[in-house]
Amino acid sequence: MLRHAIFVHIPDGYLSPATCATAYGAAAPFWYVALQRLKHSIHTRTIPLISVFAAFSFIVMMFNLPLPGGTTGHAIGIAVAAIVLGPWGAILALSIALAVQALFFGDGGITALGANCFNMAIAGSLVGYGVYRAIAGGSAISSRRRVIAAGAAGYISINVAAILAAIELGVQPALYHDAAGIPLYAPYPLKVALPAMMIGHLAVAGIAEMILAAGVVAYLQSAEPELLRATAPHVDKAPEVRGWRAAKPLWAALAMLLILTPLGMLASGAGWGEWASADFAGPDSRAKIEAASGNSPLPSSPPVGLQRLANLWSPPLAHYVPQAWVHSPKTGYFCSAAIGTGVIMLAALATGALFRTRAKS
Amino acid sequence: MRRTFIERTLDGLASISDFAARADQLAIERGAMQSIDARIKVAGTLALIVTAALSTRFDVVAAIFVTALALAIASHVPILKLATWVWLPVTAFSGAIALPAFFWISQRSAEMLFARAETSATLGALLALTTPWPSVLKALRWFKVPAVVVAILAMTYRYIFVILETARDTFIARKSRTVGALPARERRRIAGAAAGTLMSRSIHLAGQVHLAMQSRGFRGEIRMLHDPRRGTAR
Repeated sequence: MLRHAIFVHIPDGYLSPATCATAYGAAAPFWYVALQRLKHSIHTRTIPLISVFAAFSFIVMMFNLPLPGGTTGHAIGIAVAAIVLGPWGAILALSIALAVQALFFGDGGITALGANCFNMAIAGSLVGYGVYRAIAGGSAISSRRRVIAAGAAGYISINVAAILAAIELGVQPALYHDAAGIPLYAPYPLKVALPAMMIGHLAVAGIAEMILAAGVVAYLQSAEPELLRATAPHVDKAPEVRGWRAAKPLWAALAMLLILTPLGMLASGAGWGEWASADFAGPDSRAKIEAASGNSPLPSSPPVGLQRLANLWSPPLAHYVPQAWVHSPKTGYFCSAAIGTGVIMLAALATGALFRTRAKS
Repeated sequence: MRRTFIERTLDGLASISDFAARADQLAIERGAMQSIDARIKVAGTLALIVTAALSTRFDVVAAIFVTALALAIASHVPILKLATWVWLPVTAFSGAIALPAFFWISQRSAEMLFARAETSATLGALLALTTPWPSVLKALRWFKVPAVVVAILAMTYRYIFVILETARDTFIARKSRTVGALPARERRRIAGAAAGTLMSRSIHLAGQVHLAMQSRGFRGEIRMLHDPRRGTAR
């Protein structure tokens, strides 16, 4: 009684008992398969998950959604359920929500429950899920494409449910009429029922369902992306690569730099600012410094601080040449590069090993 | 002033609480329907709805409606409430559908549709208002509805009110923080975020309920303490 304005909920009295029985019969295998699948996949979680989600679906059906033009409308939440739970979970959760509505709140019809479940919970969920998966494809969980896919799934799923409801209502006059040809149940033939039903759903209810599905997916993308993973099984789920393989691109870059090391020998002169105090003494080196500094005059003696700190540390590979045991500057340059890289790698590996040990302990 | 979607949603949520509270009160009153075993009520209501659906005579459907009305009065169901909960919405919905049929298809067809819709809805509401939910579930169990379905229905009903509270708090909090009219895009974002938050909380709740069930020994099989074949299911 709470919201009879939702057209897609068929009330009692609109469908003949034979149609109602057929609808129950058509829905039963889907319910059975859905229950078996969930019992198999999530086992003991089935009952609490379906119960709580059905309760959520029931409450979401009470939401007034803002529609374009300043009006508001209700949605069923078919696509939302199918996107988060998958089609089988959605079939059960929505069916239970509709059953509670019909049994406890007397809303939606008890004899028509099978038809309502078939239209919205079963056909709606399967179509909504299919549309969402087809449009979202393998896009990332945070992709905008998923929001569009959810909106489309919402819009199409409710309209498929509406088409089915319109067909069920539209065949009543042809199948069930008295001897005088007067319809005994829903009175309008298909050519009236179909457009009458679809105009409202294409223009209003579909938009409400689209806004709900797209809005929820957009929210979950930023707040709780894990909830979107059940129906995106292969997305962002590459096995986590650790150790040497994880750093593969870095190793490649390092190898490339080592190969390019000889380019360093093409450079002439000293690097700007990398001067030693001895360079301030020789006329040749002074001229080079002045030339590299835009011909600014150089002070006659090296800065005092530079002089003081010059002997603080004697590098073992001064000027990239281990002069004690290599005489050729070129060989020395290569040796320096190899030794430097090796020392950095060893330091990095040692640091990594140290942190791993600490993390384990 | 035009009511916002937040206020309308709060009204909708309040109507559920109102209906449930009224049903709880009515179910324990001493009335005609309340004194009948829930199994008989469930079967009887279904039988009357099916009879109304099968009948091709207006007077039969009208007689069932009068019976339902008499039972409602004898069960202390306030007629004014029944009118606002059942008759007005059905008149608005089914009346809008039946009215064109009255003029263009046949008067009899429109009358039958309207009478059936009102009668079935009244019977459904009468059952819901005069029978405690646990008794409905016990009756369903007695009619061999699978235990797992009954367990899910029972838990769903329980958690509807938990989630309803959460939804109401969310919307009241939003309403108290909102000043003036929001742009359309922002309104839609808020509605989506509210539904998303509610879903996220519901799923976390389901996880907690699952752990609680497991810690009490639940291994996937439903076992009921009460055997519905013994004792009354009132």
